[in-house]
Amino acid sequence: MKLSLRIWRQPDAATKGEMVSYEIDEVSEDASFLEMLDVLNERLIAEGGDPVAFDHDCREGICGACSLVIDGQPHGPQAATTTCQLHMRKFRDGDQIDIEPWRAGAFPVVKDLVVDRSAFDQIIQAGGYISAPTGTAPDAHAVPIPKQDADAAFAAAACIGCGACVAACPNGSGMLFMGAKVAHLGLTPQGQPERATRVLGMVAAHDEAGFGGCTNVGECAAACPKEIGLDVIGQLNRDFRKAAARAA
Amino acid sequence: MSTDYYREGDPVADTKAPEGPIAERWEQRRFSGRLVNPANRRKLRVIVVGTGLAGASAAATLGELGYRVANYCFQDSARRAHSIAAQGGINAAKNYRNDGDSVHRLFYDTVKGGDFRSRESNVHRLAEVSTEIIDQCVAQGVPFAREYGGLLDNRSFGGAQVSRTFYARGQTGQQLLLGAYQALQRQVAAGTVDLHTRHEMLELVIVDGKARGIIVRDLVTGEISTELADAVVLATGGYGNVFFLSTNAKGCNVTASWRAHRKGAYFANPCYTQIHPTCIPQSGDHQSKLTLMSESLRNDGRVWVPAKRGDDRHPADIPEAERDYYLERRYPAFGNLVPRDIASRAAKVACDEGHGVGPGGLGVYLDFADAIKRLGKKAVEARYGNLFDMYERITGENPYERPMRIYPAVHYTMGGLWVDYDLSSNIPGLFVTGEANFSDHGANRLGASALMQGLSDGYFVLPNTISDYLADGPFEALDEDHEAVVAARREVEDRIAFFLNNDGDRTVDSFHRELGKIMWEYCGMERTDEGLRKAIGLIRDLKDEFYKRVKVTGKAEELNQQLEKAGRVADFFELGELMCIDALHRTESCGGHFRAESQTEDGEARRDDERFSYVAAWEYGGEEPVLHKEALEFEYVKPTQRSYK
Repeated sequence: MKLSLRIWRQPDAATKGEMVSYEIDEVSEDASFLEMLDVLNERLIAEGGDPVAFDHDCREGICGACSLVIDGQPHGPQAATTTCQLHMRKFRDGDQIDIEPWRAGAFPVVKDLVVDRSAFDQIIQAGGYISAPTGTAPDAHAVPIPKQDADAAFAAAACIGCGACVAACPNGSGMLFMGAKVAHLGLTPQGQPERATRVLGMVAAHDEAGFGGCTNVGECAAACPKEIGLDVIGQLNRDFRKAAARAA
Repeated sequence: MSTDYYREGDPVADTKAPEGPIAERWEQRRFSGRLVNPANRRKLRVIVVGTGLAGASAAATLGELGYRVANYCFQDSARRAHSIAAQGGINAAKNYRNDGDSVHRLFYDTVKGGDFRSRESNVHRLAEVSTEIIDQCVAQGVPFAREYGGLLDNRSFGGAQVSRTFYARGQTGQQLLLGAYQALQRQVAAGTVDLHTRHEMLELVIVDGKARGIIVRDLVTGEISTELADAVVLATGGYGNVFFLSTNAKGCNVTASWRAHRKGAYFANPCYTQIHPTCIPQSGDHQSKLTLMSESLRNDGRVWVPAKRGDDRHPADIPEAERDYYLERRYPAFGNLVPRDIASRAAKVACDEGHGVGPGGLGVYLDFADAIKRLGKKAVEARYGNLFDMYERITGENPYERPMRIYPAVHYTMGGLWVDYDLSSNIPGLFVTGEANFSDHGANRLGASALMQGLSDGYFVLPNTISDYLADGPFEALDEDHEAVVAARREVEDRIAFFLNNDGDRTVDSFHRELGKIMWEYCGMERTDEGLRKAIGLIRDLKDEFYKRVKVTGKAEELNQQLEKAGRVADFFELGELMCIDALHRTESCGGHFRAESQTEDGEARRDDERFSYVAAWEYGGEEPVLHKEALEFEYVKPTQRSYK
């Protein structure tokens, strides 16, 4: 198939970027979206140009590195699918496709389609863990966990930290990402002792990193490739209100 | 003997391995190893390269102990290391099922699964530590699968008769890594770990024979900097990407290990690679990686190919009588559940003989029609729904209606840098953990054992053994003007300058692809004397062409992904050559290494314990590496020939 691509090119964080057009021909519909970009890059290098920089690693939908806004949608048109798992058969011959980086105040562009998501790590550093130094653990069966809690914790823990939720949000909020971790750890008995300090610390780090607030738009959950639901934001808000009231 | 590509040096021995009854050795070593008192730990600096299971767990634990840790990864976040992609589970000898499991049985299964090419002492320790890992991960909040009573669920995995595998749906690696990542971030916040993401180690610094630091490149700014320390830990993963197409993440590479090897660290058993039978086949020349489908599919899927060569009818139009269910035919006892290497080789044989299906004839069917008839579509969906969805996303075919196409792919590398019982390489102060070392899996790794080894090394083994070395520290203070540091930096800068100034006309990927094809053809599932010799010649020629013609665009002082790749591929060339030499010298078949000349009448791998019961530890020697043999002794598990008939 033949495609017209418009790709965001930006040499570095300090330089202004722009959309640049590329024509690409003979794209196999069995190729993945990133493989289509690989083919384009091979051509650009051969022509002596600068290949398009983009983040990617596992290419099987779990590492969370890939991060493209495709035709205005984070990770493109297919639901519950990361960019790396999106295949060209989802597009039609002759399509024009816009490819942009995540756009959010807390995720500055590094180069082309690569952004800096270290703000997510800072949120985890502020409390997204259970303090369990190596060697201190009791037997794994010491505390049973009801299956429905364990399953719900797993569903929240499935977050891959890609940042599509932030890119999709008109406010650039990181509440879905943060809520997923608060819900995951809050659903386990091991996570209870630090439940209040965790949520207070994470929310403070979130705000400080420049993420916006949540206004219940719901774009985050729609864009999430792992289908994390808005309920985790409800949980986050409940935990935060309780902890803040107690701290006041 | 194929003495023309290598020479033999002195034998090597594991001088740290304790003697005595096997069940007491780990305790004994922990007692005999020297400790560092807490007040002195903060004067000691340790570098950990890599943030996968083996790296993040080690960095977090060393930080908790009070050492000053510098941790590096090339990804944009520590959470993205490739351990995250492991699907199946993690073994532990908890015996929660009361089905006869024990530390000794896990030890036994692992030594046998490794086809008697691993060290008994190491494997026993791994089995002992396995139970602590599960406790540790549960305490961190890892959401393992549970039963209705609230207790942990287990499943069985290949190569074992007990249920000892703990899992978190098909995302066990992700959940374990997030546990380690969160522990690591806690230490970053506590100030004990300096974490540097988007940094790549490009050289090892050795001063007075000791590993004292690394040279790294900031992948965003291109800045080259030096990190000095009292010890260096490499937790940099495996080298499966030498094949270009593998189930590894695109960034996985051998550079950190290879740079250490070039500086004197022995590389052990490089030819031991694991090929996974159930991956989605290649669809064309654009293919950039291969995707694994969980092995559990073979529990209900039936493998077959058309009995007639080149039969390209739709699978539904091929009647039962014209199908060859070759695994069920050749291995009636185990059928579709034979071990990974046997299933892989059988698929290759079927395709080589012209029975393959799909693009290029490189695929076999994995058919769920019988399972759907027997259990109903709903039950099959409940078991494998997410895998079927993934298959459909990638291939565009619906596996409920049309059999899946699968083909083997490179998945894991058992070889790696040689280490002793303390996980120390032969360079004092250089430690190696996880897939990057060679120590526990022998010639073949059992399913659900990689996660176990990564976490065992990082949480429990290394933090206990490294203190014996650090007890001699802090070592003499160094500054960046030391001649060894300056020389290491210059090597890195020269290499970068070479690539950027080379007046070439071929892309890095085009060379990597071609190298991968040579490796897959001659050093893949089946190896022969003739093929390996040919491969060594081809690799050497291609390497020469690479240095003449490779083209890298852009500058050094920017995010330059082509430059990153060029350095990694350059190291893959040298590794590929060593893998072929290792495979050539080992004229027996064992585990993941199958030499066509050494098979039984039934086509099974035939070991040669008389001549090859040793670890092949290679010293760097350019085109003529030096072989050091470490003899293997089996006191507790007597070597036998496998049979799955």
